[in-house]
Amino acid sequence: MLIVRSPGWAVVKQRFFDREQFEKSFPDITSAFWLNVKIFLVAEVLILILALGIAVVRSLPGPVFFPLRALTIVYVDLFRGVPAILVIIILGLGVPGLFANAEPDDLKVNPILWGSVGLVLLYSAYVAEVYRAGIESVHPSQSAAARSLGLTHGQSLRSVVIPQALRRVIPPLLNDFIGLQKDTALVGLLGVVEAFRQSQIEVAAAFNYTPYICTAILFILLTIPLARFTDWLVARDRRRQQAGRLV
Amino acid sequence: MSAKPHAAVLVHGLHKSFGKLEVLRGIDLELAEHEVVCLIGASGSGKSTLLRCVNLLEPVDAGRIVLHGEEVTSRGVDVNRVRRGIGIVFQSFNLFPHMSVLRNITLGPRKALGLSRIEAEDRANELLARFGLSDKRDEYPDRLSGGQQQRVAIVRALAMQPALLLLDEVTSALDPELVAEVLEVIRELAAEGMTMLIATHEMSFARDVAHRVCFLDGGVILEQGPPEQIFGAPQEPRTQQFLQRIVQAGRL
Repeated sequence: MLIVRSPGWAVVKQRFFDREQFEKSFPDITSAFWLNVKIFLVAEVLILILALGIAVVRSLPGPVFFPLRALTIVYVDLFRGVPAILVIIILGLGVPGLFANAEPDDLKVNPILWGSVGLVLLYSAYVAEVYRAGIESVHPSQSAAARSLGLTHGQSLRSVVIPQALRRVIPPLLNDFIGLQKDTALVGLLGVVEAFRQSQIEVAAAFNYTPYICTAILFILLTIPLARFTDWLVARDRRRQQAGRLV
Repeated sequence: MSAKPHAAVLVHGLHKSFGKLEVLRGIDLELAEHEVVCLIGASGSGKSTLLRCVNLLEPVDAGRIVLHGEEVTSRGVDVNRVRRGIGIVFQSFNLFPHMSVLRNITLGPRKALGLSRIEAEDRANELLARFGLSDKRDEYPDRLSGGQQQRVAIVRALAMQPALLLLDEVTSALDPELVAEVLEVIRELAAEGMTMLIATHEMSFARDVAHRVCFLDGGVILEQGPPEQIFGAPQEPRTQQFLQRIVQAGRL
């Protein structure tokens, strides 16, 4: 109400919520958005694997593994500390230079590839910490029970600790994945025409901001099903494991 | 090995500290094959720590543990192989909450013993039937009563066909009316000749089932002997004091 009644509403409405402009730019932005979805899906799979590896290495016991553990700590500190936008730009504009003489041009000029690599490196650092929190939240008596059956440290992690850790970190993992979905727009900085870049182009052409709204709606539409899916996943697990307990 | 080859368990001069706290200060203990030994003593006297050391869940500071003639505290011993031969049941069950009862029981045999799924499940089903738990095989642990959970934990340990079973106050977390069903299982195992080292607060149970009772105090075995002697005519003043308190609490 407050918004609609404000004196500038008419102008804002025309600039941001222009129906005609919306209908015009929606198809183009949607097709550009497919690129975001593809980057997201590939990056997500790689992140889940890489981050789990990092978290497991960091949980290895004993002084023998200290160098490996230290390495993962440096990695996480580095990629959580640097702003995402800088990582993308440094990787996307800097690294291709290293391959200046490479023969197929794939590595040289492939901003989609390097942008995605940047996202994987960035988000693996965050997700590794989420995993680690999950692993540490599983009570030591669980691994004691597993080890007492004669399972090795690795078997105990795989069969007992990680499955329980994963179930606990599903909600925070979802947070990071929604972050990742949205940050796929950063790849647009490298000149890749994904949804955000496409909407910028349309905004510039029409001098109307409606395409941005269009992009925002697409991102929301993508995250909602994912959120409901994880809700369902968590609820199903609870039902299976617990006896009529209200949580 | 120099140790007596017939002892199922031989503990010699065992010391264990947690930081500055010295929990075990020289434990000497021997269990013959098929013997049932109960460890009694106040909380903090080192009963649980002793069991965890025997299972190599805690590294020992000094002393030796010899199982069936093999010194398991020496360097380079494959702890996983040693643990496969020892079952341990914990006070708080420690079942795996994300697995069904059946999977809890078959995990060890499949992963550590390399049994096929069919073999492991046959073994599990047999044990579940024996302990009246067949209808619970597809349940998850959190849906079972405490007594049922603890019986499943015992079955999980037995599925490894251990030569030695360690029981760490297995009834302490149970409601009084559930204690009996668990003790009944242990009695049965004792009757079958399972070698067991049992830390317990259930004195009347210890009196019934144990061949020998050891009273732990301040990290040493202060007094040991047949249950009639320990409960009937304890020699040490500390033992008398401890049992006096148990009697006052109405638990003997």
